[in-house]
Amino acid sequence: MKITFWGVRGSISSPGPNTVRYGGNTTCIEVRTDDNDLIILDGGTGIFPLSQALLKELPVTANIFNTHSHWDHIQGLPFFVPIFIPGNTIRLYGSFDPVSGAGPERIMQIQMQYSYFPVREVEMKSRIEYLTVMPNEPVQVGSATITPVLLNHPVITLGYRIDSGGKSIFFTGDHEPHSNIYDPGEEGYDEYQSLIEQQYQSIVASISGVDVLIADSAYTRDEYPAKKGWGHGTFDSCIELAQAAGAKLLYCTHHEPTRGDDALEEALAEALARRSGANPEVRLAREGETVDV
Amino acid sequence: MAEISMDPTKTLSDAVEKMPAFPKSVQRVLEISRDLNCKPKDLVQVIEKDPVMTIKLLRILNSAYYSFPNPITSVNQSVVYLGINTVKNMALSFATAGVLPAQNDAGFDMQRYLMHSLTTASLARMLCNQFGNGALDPTDCHLAGLLHDFGKVVFAQFMPAQFKKALALSEEQSLPLHEAERQTIGADHSIVGAMLVEKWQFPKLLSETIRHHHGDPPTANCVQSYLFVADQISKKLSLGNSGNPRVEELPPELAKRLGGDLDAVIEGLGDLAPMVAEAESFCKGGGEGEP
Repeated sequence: MKITFWGVRGSISSPGPNTVRYGGNTTCIEVRTDDNDLIILDGGTGIFPLSQALLKELPVTANIFNTHSHWDHIQGLPFFVPIFIPGNTIRLYGSFDPVSGAGPERIMQIQMQYSYFPVREVEMKSRIEYLTVMPNEPVQVGSATITPVLLNHPVITLGYRIDSGGKSIFFTGDHEPHSNIYDPGEEGYDEYQSLIEQQYQSIVASISGVDVLIADSAYTRDEYPAKKGWGHGTFDSCIELAQAAGAKLLYCTHHEPTRGDDALEEALAEALARRSGANPEVRLAREGETVDV
Repeated sequence: MAEISMDPTKTLSDAVEKMPAFPKSVQRVLEISRDLNCKPKDLVQVIEKDPVMTIKLLRILNSAYYSFPNPITSVNQSVVYLGINTVKNMALSFATAGVLPAQNDAGFDMQRYLMHSLTTASLARMLCNQFGNGALDPTDCHLAGLLHDFGKVVFAQFMPAQFKKALALSEEQSLPLHEAERQTIGADHSIVGAMLVEKWQFPKLLSETIRHHHGDPPTANCVQSYLFVADQISKKLSLGNSGNPRVEELPPELAKRLGGDLDAVIEGLGDLAPMVAEAESFCKGGGEGEP
């Protein structure tokens, strides 16, 4: 498989001189299987430059897996040019949202309303399919098996494991490690602790042995206490998760929009300096970088 | 005599989806969701006291949209799987369905029903902690206590005329309410409650416990035995009222396992006043103390 990062920024796109090296577009990751099946993880603003690249190989079948419906993961979808061109097939996979009672179709319905976008949903001339996926129920795309895994964020969020040709990738989307909502000694603490430990083990098992883990490391360890409950991990929590799952290579992503390139490198270096052990290799996800898996 | 239709569960299940929740939980959910810094555990504690909110939450978690390996039986589990913000927004949507009226056309007192259900839930959990030897999940006992009489709410809301007749018949002839329900409705609340939770794919343990809660109480260490005892204690201490005042004695073998008769078991539970006070404050209804 081959991974290309088209957007690695979290929350809001952040172009400018301070983000030139790692990029300012929000989340979008292209995965190609050895058979050239196209899997796209999230449609943040990074999906726009990807769509420009795809114009050279029309018609395309794009399998877009949405981790969750927050803006930085969907905002580029109406600008994904192949949706307007007849002959292309776009499949948007995502979770069922228990609050709205809708699946991934709502992501387009909401964004392509008259007030927010000039083109109406019915004017998308490609073939569009919306597929609601369930946690732990794998779906097949060509040679790839994609398994959704329920993670922890202020909206329903699925991480995706992609297995193809004996190689594997896991992308967390946005994820904050679970924490106990009770104080130690309080009634409910032990029960809750046991639930979150079970859930942690289940997540680790889903990621187990992947060749590449791409994980949400929005915050540093020092920033985290003020951001607890916002739904994001830290460099340290990502390293810990990668070690627990035995991932061979970790890409840290969802870079904080206010963190410039130098600060980003420093933040990772600090986390690496305090980790135990030398594995896995850890890199910062960088817009435009392609890696062979 | 009105007969329940051949396939009542879909109609009733759809109706429950639109059913408003209890006043205090609606009020508290609205308060909590206005507070950016609200504590997740406060929200959990509100939802798990309200049978309607608990049912609405768990039925979505146990639906085909999330194929969890095991049925979800607690609000805490819901928070671990879906995240607190999603559960908060779900609770908010339940709250916007309005408030269950304290009185209904059946003349069934919802406030006293809630008090009975809540105290039964708490007592079942306490009994499980005391006698369960760690073999049972106290959460299952809480859920069984909270939902065991839910069928009565469904009757009161959606078949008030027939349920009113059942309440009157039970009173006039000193008949157990579930027997009166069978005569006026064609099915009793334990059957309807069990059918609904079964349809919502709640655990089989729960549906079976609800289905048989008026049968002979089992003496073994199981959820149903603690539900039975908790139900009797709640009635004996007049903690609310679910329309069936008759208190059953413990079968000898069960009494032997629990170390005495009902009075001895109550004595062994220690000071129940804080639990009762908390339940009372929840059941009193919303609006009080509001600025």
